[in-house]
Amino acid sequence: MTPISSSLRRGSAGAPRDAARHSRQRPRHGWRQRLTPWMFLLVPLALLITFSYVPIVNMVVYSFTDWDGVSPDYTFTGLENYVEIFTRPELFKVFVASAYYLGAAVLQIVLALYFATVLSFNTRFRNLFKGILFFPYLINGVAIGFVFLYFFQEGGTFDTVLKLFGVGGEHLWLGDPDLVNYSLAGVSVWRYMGLNFVLFLGGIQSIAPELYEAAELDGANRWQQFRFIIVPSLRPLIGLTAILAISGCLSVFEIPYIMTGGAGASETFVIQTIKLAFRFDKTGLASAAAVVLLVIILLVAWVQRRIVPEERVTP
Amino acid sequence: MTTVVRASVASRVASALKYVSLIAASVVVLLPLGVVLLTSLKTSDELAAGSGPLTPPGDWLNLANYVTAFEKGRMAEAALNTFVILVVSITGTVFIGSAAAYAIDRFTFRLKKLIVALFLFATLVPSITTQVTTFQVIDQLGLFNTRLAPIMLYLGTDIVAIYIFLQFIRSIPISVDEAARLDGASSFTIYRKIILPLLKPAVATVVIVKGIAVYNDFYIPFLYMPDQSLGTISTSLFRFKGPFGAHWENISAGAILVIVPTLAVFLLLQRFIYNGLTQGAAK
Repeated sequence: MTPISSSLRRGSAGAPRDAARHSRQRPRHGWRQRLTPWMFLLVPLALLITFSYVPIVNMVVYSFTDWDGVSPDYTFTGLENYVEIFTRPELFKVFVASAYYLGAAVLQIVLALYFATVLSFNTRFRNLFKGILFFPYLINGVAIGFVFLYFFQEGGTFDTVLKLFGVGGEHLWLGDPDLVNYSLAGVSVWRYMGLNFVLFLGGIQSIAPELYEAAELDGANRWQQFRFIIVPSLRPLIGLTAILAISGCLSVFEIPYIMTGGAGASETFVIQTIKLAFRFDKTGLASAAAVVLLVIILLVAWVQRRIVPEERVTP
Repeated sequence: MTTVVRASVASRVASALKYVSLIAASVVVLLPLGVVLLTSLKTSDELAAGSGPLTPPGDWLNLANYVTAFEKGRMAEAALNTFVILVVSITGTVFIGSAAAYAIDRFTFRLKKLIVALFLFATLVPSITTQVTTFQVIDQLGLFNTRLAPIMLYLGTDIVAIYIFLQFIRSIPISVDEAARLDGASSFTIYRKIILPLLKPAVATVVIVKGIAVYNDFYIPFLYMPDQSLGTISTSLFRFKGPFGAHWENISAGAILVIVPTLAVFLLLQRFIYNGLTQGAAK
């Protein structure tokens, strides 16, 4: 998010360069020249408005109505939907599931940082390990869902492996409400750790090698190099990842939907919203829920801007 | 002397721990996939007889499940649909993204700040939150249950591509444009003959990032193309759940069929994928 915003903004604020070009071109070209940029922007803007802004505006409008998504008309109900969201505890309990994914995101960042550091030093089969750790990120989500449905079967792979380590018994890894979110959050770590790891590795490799050499001459050990060179240089990237993890854990959808259908304790905010809209025909209420999520995510993005200085983020 | 010896012992232990952790992580990554591969080679009789997940299949060359998965799972149709959607939306994204980036970087015009702000704000809105109302738009345009629905959505919501192109366009000196303009080239000629060819590295990045995203996307085809004959790789695989029920040998074969092309592309284009994602995935 941030690199995009900074680069777009630089595009608009490139004042001196633009002004120079502008004054040179203006006299020779009239209205045709002024129309040219719009010719290039016509299609992108039409798509942007149709598929981003029309839905956003509609969503806000519907959130104040009792529309069911099918009937031709609806009535405005004011803040009723919002009141319902904030007062019906069962609509809010889906955020409990988000907490598991947030915990998983912390674990994921720590693991990614560890493996990125380890592999940035001289290691045998470096590229092989890098490839293995990264590959899950590329795999189709439905395939991942099936792979882990099988893995977590009662008496399946996971139970068999646990038995090898002396942990007996068969567990309902996906059926037990106390276990299901751990299992699903674990799949999330398995899937996304590789991306964070590759991003961190790229960040570490852009650190000037002289820094390590100097530190080694000063007698710094590996831990000190990690603590005082790697962590500070990666701080903006870690901050960005952490905040993306927050908005990510609020909008978890695919893996729980594929694996458990979002049943019971594994229901997430997005799954609930989708069910409200498409299964229970409560378009108004679902829109209000989506607006709440949007506001939360925009708040997180705003916090990100405040605490992560933009220019240093771009890897 | 003793400190040197102790240091070397410590570094050996550290090095051993490092390899142990890397091998452990590799096992965690590969085990769930390997088990599915083993299962995909077993017969249903083997599974019914209680063959454990870690037991190797009786016949390593038993590809019958793959044939079943490919034919009954309508995977050929799915591959074709995915391919069409992939090619059209990637080509479109390259032209639309580069045109928008060209206009934003190389021209000054009224309302430019507003337009940049519109693109910027749209990146912050997670598309999954607006699906409820996006669905109405697609439906009213008559695109529901056509391949155009995902294509239009992939084209219309890809602002990351514009960002990647903007970064590259900025590194192309304006003097190149100006020299061509002095030779009488129009803005369209400059875009088509000069800017677009110079954007090749950015095009590679966009193709990779977009290609992975479209190939793996489940939600958009699932919601907008429920028709059986319009399955993509993801949705056709998802439908294995019903008819194959507990036939894990077939479901496993289907999953492996979907993963193998990804693995092949990854092995061929490793370096491009790493670079592409570090540039594009910062989204």
